[in-house]
Amino acid sequence: MTKFVRSLTAAAVVATMASAAFAENTVRVAYDADPVSLDPHEQLSGGTLQLSHMVFDPLVRWTQDLQFEARLAESWEQIDDTTMRFKLKSGVKFHSGNMLTAKDVDWTFDRLKQSDDFKGIFAQFTDVEVIDDMTFDLKTSEPYPLVLHTATYIFPMDSAFYTGETDDGKDKAEIVKHGDSFASRNVSGTGPYTISEREQGVKVVFNRFADYWDTDSKGNVDTIVLTPIKEDPTRVAALLSGDVDFIAPVPPTDLQRVADAEGVDLITMAGTRIITFQMNQDRVEAFKDARVRQAIDYAVNNAGIVDRIMRGFGTVGAQASPAGYLGHDPALTPRFDVEKAKALMAEAGYADGFSITMMAPNNRYVNDDKIAQAVASMLAQINIKVDLQTMPKAQYWPAFDERAADMMMIGWHADTEDSANFHQFLSACPDEATGNGQYNSGAYCNEEADALMIATNTETDQAKRGEMLKKLEGILYEEAAFIPLHWQNLAWGSKAGMNTGEIVNALNFPYFGDLVVE
Amino acid sequence: MFAYLVKRVFQAIAVMFVISLIAFAIQGNLGDPLRELVGQSVSEEVRQQLRDELGLNDSFMTQYLRFAGNALQGDLGTSYFFKEPALDVIMKKLPATLELVLGATIIIIGLSIPLGVYTAIKPDSILSRIIMGLSIIGISVPVFLTAILMIFVFSVNYGWFPSFGRGDVVHVWGYWETNFATADGWMHIILPSIALASIMLPLFVRLIRAEMMEVLQSEYVKYAVAKGIRPWRIYFVHALKNTLLPVITVGGVQIGTMVAYTILTETVFQWPGMGFMFLEAVNRVDTPLIVAYLIVVGFIFVVTNTIVDLIYGLVNPTVNLARMGA
Repeated sequence: MTKFVRSLTAAAVVATMASAAFAENTVRVAYDADPVSLDPHEQLSGGTLQLSHMVFDPLVRWTQDLQFEARLAESWEQIDDTTMRFKLKSGVKFHSGNMLTAKDVDWTFDRLKQSDDFKGIFAQFTDVEVIDDMTFDLKTSEPYPLVLHTATYIFPMDSAFYTGETDDGKDKAEIVKHGDSFASRNVSGTGPYTISEREQGVKVVFNRFADYWDTDSKGNVDTIVLTPIKEDPTRVAALLSGDVDFIAPVPPTDLQRVADAEGVDLITMAGTRIITFQMNQDRVEAFKDARVRQAIDYAVNNAGIVDRIMRGFGTVGAQASPAGYLGHDPALTPRFDVEKAKALMAEAGYADGFSITMMAPNNRYVNDDKIAQAVASMLAQINIKVDLQTMPKAQYWPAFDERAADMMMIGWHADTEDSANFHQFLSACPDEATGNGQYNSGAYCNEEADALMIATNTETDQAKRGEMLKKLEGILYEEAAFIPLHWQNLAWGSKAGMNTGEIVNALNFPYFGDLVVE
Repeated sequence: MFAYLVKRVFQAIAVMFVISLIAFAIQGNLGDPLRELVGQSVSEEVRQQLRDELGLNDSFMTQYLRFAGNALQGDLGTSYFFKEPALDVIMKKLPATLELVLGATIIIIGLSIPLGVYTAIKPDSILSRIIMGLSIIGISVPVFLTAILMIFVFSVNYGWFPSFGRGDVVHVWGYWETNFATADGWMHIILPSIALASIMLPLFVRLIRAEMMEVLQSEYVKYAVAKGIRPWRIYFVHALKNTLLPVITVGGVQIGTMVAYTILTETVFQWPGMGFMFLEAVNRVDTPLIVAYLIVVGFIFVVTNTIVDLIYGLVNPTVNLARMGA
């Protein structure tokens, strides 16, 4: 009975709040999925980070041109090889009313180190040392070039709020992946929005935090209602019919429709997720020969794929690192020349070709199955007969882990926004002990490349490091370690009169705190 | 009657057991739930540890017995995604689905009887031909296509109806929130109901028409006509009553099927019901939720079929349930 009364009251409160809010600026957002949990450390995914940027603030964040912008950290300086000293902004308040101090950062860091998903990113970091209320040192075990990159993942949590026990005796700080936890349902951050209502899979209601520290921000949206709309056509229809104001992603088939529609803006941007094919050298003898791999690269018309299948909604790639990354080498250009490919095959002694199996997911990347079909038919031109199988991602990943086919598709976004990450996971010599090459289904292994990657991990001179990373990309390109196809573009659709173009970025974390509605 | 019910309950238990076994057996082929639970760069070691914690490394029998033991106590497992007992998640989503099914049923009953009867009485009229032609289209076009088409015509082009979701719902009791209490709620349920009805309505129009035409040929109708009873009384009182027998049987089974069709309708309209939830659970490899859903839907089928049998007995006195129970 009490529960009933409570839910009635809650409903009444929400109803009043909702009606009050609609008088102000409300933006209705539709994504393809809603955040899995309110706990920012439970799962490392785009959805979690999108939520983190609304409810929390990072120490530093990425700008549109992939530079660092100070957020909760006011300033920072390198005080020795392994220590970066940060100064916090003063007067930053959590949603609970507590003030942000260096202690919260320390507490958050310790929690990150316990999170299964995040501890990998923080492996090189040893400690946060609190100097005074507003100052702390972030320490690494060795000189580490990606301190600021990683600081974009530190969203200080309200340590007082998350400390203690819940009514049923559970630790409020615990991170639970597949069960109920305090942090997965309650939240107190410093971010521009608080959450007033949440029903998983149905909607999340965000309200502007009245005491938000960033008074310079022009953001003027009082309420954001986030609804997941899974189906692409429905999401587009909701925007076009005016039921929602902001959608992401916009599917490639509807780009033109959204661009042409009146009163609606389409914003697109080159993304950072590279789509590739890997050639398994353990399964196919011929793939051990670099000439065969090059031949495949020459046979695959990735510009054609972007043009025809992606309808221009992608950036043709010849390497893993997208433009803006330290290791991106503009000199590496896509290779496409069927005659050359045939010649290379003949040179390697495979003029008559061979047969291989290929697998790709059909609901993971944009047009993944169509891309695989196109690649399969392109390979037929150089007499490689492909037996292609596409499947839903749920079945694909276990198959990928088993290395179940000779060529497998994988797309990758570097969590660190750094070139070395691509090599570490996709093309480094597979090694269970270090976890390197965890997604290297090709079993490509080049010790020179691995040595370069390891060296870049401790090189703090950015110019030098950039050269090393470019050299690494060069080696992978020369040897055709994998077949790069394209970087998927990102697209958002929004009602005219919003500054959507300014708040989005290649990382796909729209900074809703800065959203302005006219 | 009592013996029949007892027998039916035992049958139901056997059916539920088989469903649970099948549901449990297929979950191994649905994929790896860990993929959706952890980030891309989590090491294999940590993944194994999580698998151990979730009990995914145990043998099939161990897992099934553990599940069955808990299920007998009413615990169908905890959803990985919702982090709540799977049964609670389904119960929260069930009202939305049932309201949608109710909306579709109202449309089907309200339209199929007059249309079916009309096309049977006047099989050669132009209107009848149009109705029959449309019914062919209705049966042939898949639900999701009808749904998307309606969204683009009525939401995007004309802006008459909202394109997705449930809109304003009013809390009634427990998990039940209703669409039928506000104008906004009504607007939201109309398109999904029509979409869901679009596949069944033509079927019922054709069924009623065929039955009706047969009944109209029967001796007692001819006798009634000869006796000079007014036509509408013959059609709607005498003939229709006998037409409805097979319609009820088919209808009962089809209501179960309609619950299955909600998967497509709900997905297109982002309707927060259990059909949409199920499709999402399959995509996320949320195995406890998938198994629980299959069991709940199996249960719904068993219950509706039992009720249909009972009603059948009431409508048609020649059906002897007591004998069926023996």
